Amino acid sequence: MSNQLNDSQANKSALLGWFDARFPVTDTWNKHVGEYYAPKNFNFWYFFGSLALLVFVNQILTGIWLTMSYTPTNAGAFASVEYIMRDVEWGWLLRYLHSTGASAFFVVIYLHMMRGLLYGSYKEPRELIWIIGMVLFLLLMAEAFMGYLLPWGQMSFWGAQVIISLFGAIPVIGPDLALWIRGDFVISEVTLNRFFALHVIALPLILVILVFMHLVALHHVGSNNPDGVEIKKLKDNKGIPLDGIRFHPYYSVKDAMGTVFFLVLFALVLFYAPEGGGYFIEAPNFEPANPLKTPDHIAPVWYFTPFYAILRAIPDKFLGVLAMGGAIAVLFAMPWLDRCKVKSIRYRGTSFKVLLTILVVSFVVLGYLGTMPATPLYTKLSQIFTALYFMFFLVLPFTSANEKTKPVPERVT
Amino acid sequence: MSTEDQNNTDVNLQRRKILTGATGVVGAVGATFMAVPFVSSWLPSEKAKAAGAPVNADISQLQPGQLLTVAWRGKPVWVVRRTPDMLKILPTLDSGLRDPGSENSAQPDYCKNATRSIKEEYLVVVGVCTHLGCAPLFRPAVGSPDVGPEWKGGFFCPCHGSKFDLAGRVFQSVPAPINLEIPAYRFLSENLVRIGEDPKQEGVV
Repeated sequence: MSNQLNDSQANKSALLGWFDARFPVTDTWNKHVGEYYAPKNFNFWYFFGSLALLVFVNQILTGIWLTMSYTPTNAGAFASVEYIMRDVEWGWLLRYLHSTGASAFFVVIYLHMMRGLLYGSYKEPRELIWIIGMVLFLLLMAEAFMGYLLPWGQMSFWGAQVIISLFGAIPVIGPDLALWIRGDFVISEVTLNRFFALHVIALPLILVILVFMHLVALHHVGSNNPDGVEIKKLKDNKGIPLDGIRFHPYYSVKDAMGTVFFLVLFALVLFYAPEGGGYFIEAPNFEPANPLKTPDHIAPVWYFTPFYAILRAIPDKFLGVLAMGGAIAVLFAMPWLDRCKVKSIRYRGTSFKVLLTILVVSFVVLGYLGTMPATPLYTKLSQIFTALYFMFFLVLPFTSANEKTKPVPERVT
Repeated sequence: MSTEDQNNTDVNLQRRKILTGATGVVGAVGATFMAVPFVSSWLPSEKAKAAGAPVNADISQLQPGQLLTVAWRGKPVWVVRRTPDMLKILPTLDSGLRDPGSENSAQPDYCKNATRSIKEEYLVVVGVCTHLGCAPLFRPAVGSPDVGPEWKGGFFCPCHGSKFDLAGRVFQSVPAPINLEIPAYRFLSENLVRIGEDPKQEGVV
């Protein structure tokens, strides 16, 4: 394929020439795909960027189709979701693709972020890629939260009630801010309508733009790799990195294989456990929203539970909200908190390996605790693991400054 | 530099900069004003504000120890008919409460008393947890199994474990910061409570 493309570049067809004179078709293709040189040693962890894109396309496509049958009103919302599930041709599949897709999105994104932490992809010159990625993560959480209100079930209603009340905890402006977000004194059709608008138009639009910027920035500085070596340092006489291979066909084919494996797993969940055992769609959400009765046990969807556990661990309303926000905010600062010059975990010291293990274990345990009721034992555990989570970011600047690293090779291994 | 700039050798770059800057500032002011309708449209509409009208609760069927839920402004409002035993327990709890005198809590002045009520027997309270807005559960029995053997009766929030006594006063070391809110209300008759209206401004909504 690439050879054919090169030939076509040498003697462009008349049609392509016509377009190239008016729009940089060939240039854009080459810069981002055909002649984008990526390191040749990408491993398993490098599937999740392209998979995130795939899931995003799934969400947009199924989302548009769901909008065609959904009614964002107090009386109609819950019923219209049931209508989609029972009466609309293939509606159940579109809806489950969307709801399972949301959980798959977070699985993929968390692994994508893990890759960044493992191989130091947030370090110079990729700080901005990391920051754009973190903004994407934040917006994705907002997008998921607003989407969860739309089925207008018990968990939709009370989850939104709790999350919007978080803003009310901010001193001075809090109560007015919460009122402004709801647009009513309680969560009502007004709130449902604006969340619908934000969920289907505003946020997806911003997400698309930011994904575009994420990729433009990546293709400008070049991809990192499991060895954390800058392949642009060593180039052949044509200016091509010695350890680089064209994205297409090498990685387009590899990503296609990753897609096949992903789709197999996705289909298994989609067809055999679309509710994810109550973790993807929670049981109380099969009851219509009732503003007078809170479900006995409120837990957010699984992808929010680590942050939710941090919120509950702090026995003070405002400090709890602050800790939850801080748990996300500290990630933005990773490029500057980590002062070690070596990027990849392969050549980093024991201190980083231990710290990263603690962070990942804390995150997973907090995720579990966030799904459980707030008993004294679980609260105590949440407090311990919240402390461990934050310890990573507090200790890292000191240990990473003079870390005992291994020698980094000149070229990728 | 473009050819146009090279041809106009006498172009005053300083003046051009000032003009561009001034245009930018005026544009920014205009944009700020334009933001007002967009931001303000998120505030509660006139319709939402009008929906806050008072509601009446008929308490003639309410037995001692029972709770009645009424929807007011989309929120649950509870009317609890407290037994003499329940009222006797209230003062004994003061030392374990965060705000026993309701100094930092929301209630009308006429309910800022030991039982947080107009008539001791009836507690009228907004059933929304002051932590993050869940509706707490009514657990009037002493030693309710899901709250604990020490429990003297009150409200328990299942979301984050906040506890309140039968005057809606919050206990210490729970996440809720203040007591449950007491709404404005008045007795229209022996058996009819009007929620959302002070006793003083009768007839005024």
